[in-house]
Amino acid sequence: MPPDETTLAAPGVTAAHEFFSGVREAVPIVLGYLPIGFAYGIIAAKTGLSTLETVLMSVLVYAGASQFIAAGLIAAGAGCGTIVATTFLVNLRHLLMSAALFPWLRGLRTPTRAGLAFELTDETFALATTVFQKRAATAPFLAGLQLTAQFTWVLSSLAGALSGSLLTSVNRFGLDFALPAMFIALLVLQLRSRVHLAAAGIAAVCSLLFAQLIPGNWNVILAAVIAATAGMFLEGGSKNRAD
Amino acid sequence: MRTEIFLTIIGMALVTYLPRMIPLVVLHRLPLPGAVYRWLGYVPVAVMAALLGPALAMPQGELQLTWTNKFILAALPTFLLAVKTRSLVATVIAGILAAALLNICL
Repeated sequence: MPPDETTLAAPGVTAAHEFFSGVREAVPIVLGYLPIGFAYGIIAAKTGLSTLETVLMSVLVYAGASQFIAAGLIAAGAGCGTIVATTFLVNLRHLLMSAALFPWLRGLRTPTRAGLAFELTDETFALATTVFQKRAATAPFLAGLQLTAQFTWVLSSLAGALSGSLLTSVNRFGLDFALPAMFIALLVLQLRSRVHLAAAGIAAVCSLLFAQLIPGNWNVILAAVIAATAGMFLEGGSKNRAD
Repeated sequence: MRTEIFLTIIGMALVTYLPRMIPLVVLHRLPLPGAVYRWLGYVPVAVMAALLGPALAMPQGELQLTWTNKFILAALPTFLLAVKTRSLVATVIAGILAAALLNICL
């Protein structure tokens, strides 16, 4: 649960210390982003994007799935409007993560929150909300975590774009399982009660079901809203029984 | 750089940033009832499971609930290790090794 008051670092803990603590926590994301950023760089270069365009997208957009989709749409000759609209739909799920991060960051100044929001991804969100169970949520910590993640993403896109198709078989080494493995670990760490377990089960089943029925990426946001609502009501129910 | 591509990237950047930023900035101005905070408390676990379900069961974009799905097979020891060790790095490394091993064996 997020703290009621603004969490500040303990006295004597410097901003630099917090920042590098965030850098260290980012290691699992670095492992996951390296092969995927590399694959994006290769695919973007193959669809005819220049190295500069490929890397600029990783710097300014910084959203894995939609960058792959954009490369595919550009290859298919889609126009600017189609690509931007698709990107919007694919990335709408961040609304929910931004809202869920708010209770931890509400003590920070608005420009700081607006700045930290730029590098919010599925992975940094999952990692940060897990780590914040045990440590204070400070701006330098989150900045260190997020900058390391995006730095990895940008650098690996550049490496992919430059390599052309020298090394396309990263998946043989199991690296394509790095991010699912990270989500498994983070999910296990967040299962603090039976209600959390139930919410996770509902979310996974709903997400799979919606993925079959609804085109686009709506399955994630719809399943998460349903599961979080179920969790809230189940929590109320189990409390009443305890009384 | 081509103008059309540049404008596409700028447009993508804008529509990606807005959903990331708006709740973090505007929720500050709204008094949130306790129920909303309790609801938000379940969002992380729900989002992770919602991402993980399709990632494991639909690795190629189509439902594949069979024993030939390497991601489901690799997920079993990964889950077990995550529960036992509760270590993020150990779990990720073990997951990668399990997936690599399955690639060799299958």
